[in-house]
Amino acid sequence: MGLWRRIYLPAILKGLSITLRHVFRRKVTLEYPEVLPPVPRGSRGTHRLNKDELGRERCVACFLCATVCPSRCITIVAEEAPAEWPDRDKRPRVFDIDMLRCIFCGYCEEACPCDAIELTPKFYPVGTRREEFVWTKERLLSN
Amino acid sequence: MAFVEELNEFVYTTRIGRLVDWARKNSLWPMPFGTACCAIEFMATAASKYDLARFGAEVLRFSPRQSDLLIVAGRVSIKMMPVLIRIYEQMPEPKWVISMGACASSGGVFDTYTLVQGIDQFIPVDVYVPGCPPRPENLIDGIIRVQRRIETGESPASALGPLRAEQRCTENRRSPWAPLDPRVPHALPPATPGL
Ligand code: SF4
Ligand code: SF4
Ligand code: SF4
Repeated sequence: MGLWRRIYLPAILKGLSITLRHVFRRKVTLEYPEVLPPVPRGSRGTHRLNKDELGRERCVACFLCATVCPSRCITIVAEEAPAEWPDRDKRPRVFDIDMLRCIFCGYCEEACPCDAIELTPKFYPVGTRREEFVWTKERLLSN
Repeated sequence: MAFVEELNEFVYTTRIGRLVDWARKNSLWPMPFGTACCAIEFMATAASKYDLARFGAEVLRFSPRQSDLLIVAGRVSIKMMPVLIRIYEQMPEPKWVISMGACASSGGVFDTYTLVQGIDQFIPVDVYVPGCPPRPENLIDGIIRVQRRIETGESPASALGPLRAEQRCTENRRSPWAPLDPRVPHALPPATPGL
């Protein structure tokens, strides 16, 4: 190494010039907690159980979503639908999703024959206890 | 006493602990324990677009002795767990733990014989960040949650001692159609009256 290379000045100046160039470039940092970044199309977040025109849940407790779910985080307990609902035999008594185990793959949405379950683009909130992440039917219906 | 009253007029008293907490909160040094894909998302969070430096948490230390926030990002296998416990024990108190992603928090899709079904069975976890992988926004939320925990003087999970059995989520929720696994309790939740 010659003296010119040994004093490292050219390398330092080159590095500093890159830094200087980036100072005047467009800023890329998102101010996240203050400004919400745009959610990409098709983004998959927390689940929602849809309701039909009469305000009943669309789900007929067919267990297809629970069967296809790769992380097996959906717990459904079926019961007989009330007599005044002639279009279906069953409805879910319990419909729990463990959001901590869910990988938001969207297979449940694809499998559902009744469009009853859907993934919204909403973020899933962080939490401090595992029990917080088990979303019950009421919470899923109102999401 | 009169002197003290006089002093009170121009001296504000506060707890030094508040100042320490404020300093701690704004200078979390994370120790990334990245074993899988979640670590990639953690890198994205630390990079310029999301920029953890805005929260004072950009000094990633790969030595547990210099850090106070353990971010477990990724799958932790049963063979890896002693290493993680060792790293956790080497961190100086007070320390906080973020369990990032479905795998670290609960095992996620990998309900297999090799994988720890949630690191909280072995080390106390302060904040869970769900998702596979969590978006950087979610991880930032998690870090803000840790900061709030420090700010409000909530003791870190590490100070609460070993976990009690009922604090862990012992019930491994699975579909009733899943093949029965003798390791996992399969009791379904009790019937809710009036539903
Ligand atoms: S998104 Fe995927 S992992 Fe989550 S409940 Fe649906 S099928 Fe299961
Ligand atoms: S949500 Fe859809 S797939 Fe799942 S049980 Fe209900 S109807 Fe069946
Ligand atoms: S939660 Fe998903 S992204 Fe994170 S380590 Fe597990 S499989 Fe990878």
